[in-house]
Amino acid sequence: MLKLRVGLAQISPILGSVPENLQLHLERIEEAKEQQVQLLCFPELSLTGYVLKDLVPHVAMAATESAPAIAELLTASESMDLLFGFVEEDKRHRYYISAAYLSQGRIVHVHRKVYLPTYGMFEEERYLATGDRFRAFDTRFGRLGVLVCEDFWHISAPYALWLDGADILLLISASPGRGLSPEAVLGSSRSVELINQTYATFLTDFVLHCNRVGVEDGLNFWGGSTIFGPDGRLVAQAPYFEESLLVAALDLGAMRRVRMQLPLLRDERPDLLYTELRRMLRESRVPSREQ
Amino acid sequence: MEITQKLLLNAEVTRRVLVAFLRRELERFGFRRAVLNLSGGVDSALSCFLTAEALGGENVLALLLPYRTSTPESAEHARQVIGLTGVSSKTIDITPMVEPYFEQYQQMSDVRRGNVMARMRMIVLYDHSVQWQGLPIGTSNKTELLLGYGTLFGDMASAVNPLGDLYKTQVRQMARAVGVPEAIIQKAPSADLWVGQTDEGELGFTYAEVDKLLYLLVDERYKTEEAIAAGFDRQFVETVVQRMRASQFKRMPPVVAKVSRRDVGHDFLYPRDWGT
Repeated sequence: MLKLRVGLAQISPILGSVPENLQLHLERIEEAKEQQVQLLCFPELSLTGYVLKDLVPHVAMAATESAPAIAELLTASESMDLLFGFVEEDKRHRYYISAAYLSQGRIVHVHRKVYLPTYGMFEEERYLATGDRFRAFDTRFGRLGVLVCEDFWHISAPYALWLDGADILLLISASPGRGLSPEAVLGSSRSVELINQTYATFLTDFVLHCNRVGVEDGLNFWGGSTIFGPDGRLVAQAPYFEESLLVAALDLGAMRRVRMQLPLLRDERPDLLYTELRRMLRESRVPSREQ
Repeated sequence: MEITQKLLLNAEVTRRVLVAFLRRELERFGFRRAVLNLSGGVDSALSCFLTAEALGGENVLALLLPYRTSTPESAEHARQVIGLTGVSSKTIDITPMVEPYFEQYQQMSDVRRGNVMARMRMIVLYDHSVQWQGLPIGTSNKTELLLGYGTLFGDMASAVNPLGDLYKTQVRQMARAVGVPEAIIQKAPSADLWVGQTDEGELGFTYAEVDKLLYLLVDERYKTEEAIAAGFDRQFVETVVQRMRASQFKRMPPVVAKVSRRDVGHDFLYPRDWGT
């Protein structure tokens, strides 16, 4: 049976201190090594903290193998594949919320967050540039897709990765907790869990969500990282609000079995969607940034 | 759903968030101790319970700062909270501090005198913050903040405020859940700045009513007309909206006149928790 041992490192990064956060990553990697983890995910902006504002240029790095923090993580990626979050600066000095997937000493993939929330308590687009692509990528464990927080509030993002071949979705967040009610979970936790479970069910994929914990500028991050299987069932969940390393073995064979029972991928009609989207864009029915 | 239902909260989840907030926001600046003014009312009682849980009672200093007209009941209730939370305490009469100033202005209004007392209490709080080596914990709730019902640089002053996003009716729910004595929760809220003062008498409406309206206007982003259509009296809605508008300055740092390319206040925008 093909098993993949994954870990979700639910950490509380120090705001604006890359060296301390790098140390935190290396400690969690050691811990994960003891549990034979093969793929370890960290949350959004795990190397920097979230409420950065004008700290963005202070903590940014190029997404290259020579960036010091990345170089250390590349060395660590000899023992397990890693996904972590950082602020990327490109050659023309634009800054992105990025996530890098490292494997066996190489940068395999970098995803730049496409949807930057700039409403309510969020002000990402004031400080950061937007990514411009959703691409799945091949790894030794299969074809994966990465999304960062607000990306997966847009249903098209996981859908695009799914069509591009992703069987395992790695979603990473710095999700602020909010929304009180008599229920024993915060409204924000409830929504994200529902979304993740829905994606797993609709896409018959594994959907991993790694959220952070801790407090920054009065915002609390609720943790509660989850793994949903291709049947939409919860495989494992980390505790709310507490630092934790969630480890689970994914039975990759489940994808075949679920997709036999529920051949949604086989029956999907992207060509039809494409035709209809082209028509809608032509008729200006779809909101576009260019308009 | 009844609006009242929407103000209900899960006390356990809320408590976890607020206790973690207090612990982390102090610890990140190198503090393990805190100080707060305990009036005998429900807001400071809840702040005291939460802070004691976050830091341990021995690390919290509660200050009782009566004036000569303060009701004995306030002190008695404050003492009950101290007993239940195990915090350290100190009673300092502010009468000899504020009276010499009042004597200069025989015709001072109640509001002026109340502001002076609130600011005197702030001075004592911040002075003890240095002596006790603990950060001042806030006791202003969301209702007061939105209505501007507080003294700027007085009772509104603090370093860290765990109650600022809880409406008064939610403060009561939390207070009940953490074990604040029922007499404190049930008594008429009062700043106790002059004899016979009550919040609801001064404001002209009850917290139960205004919290429902504020919830619609602020949390649910209702327009004035929509709030009226939802069953609130037009004059009440307009009064509350006007209060919020008129008190906006109280919820912000002093406005800075911009003349350079980068100034504190407009575009020097570092997080408060920078590097922690």
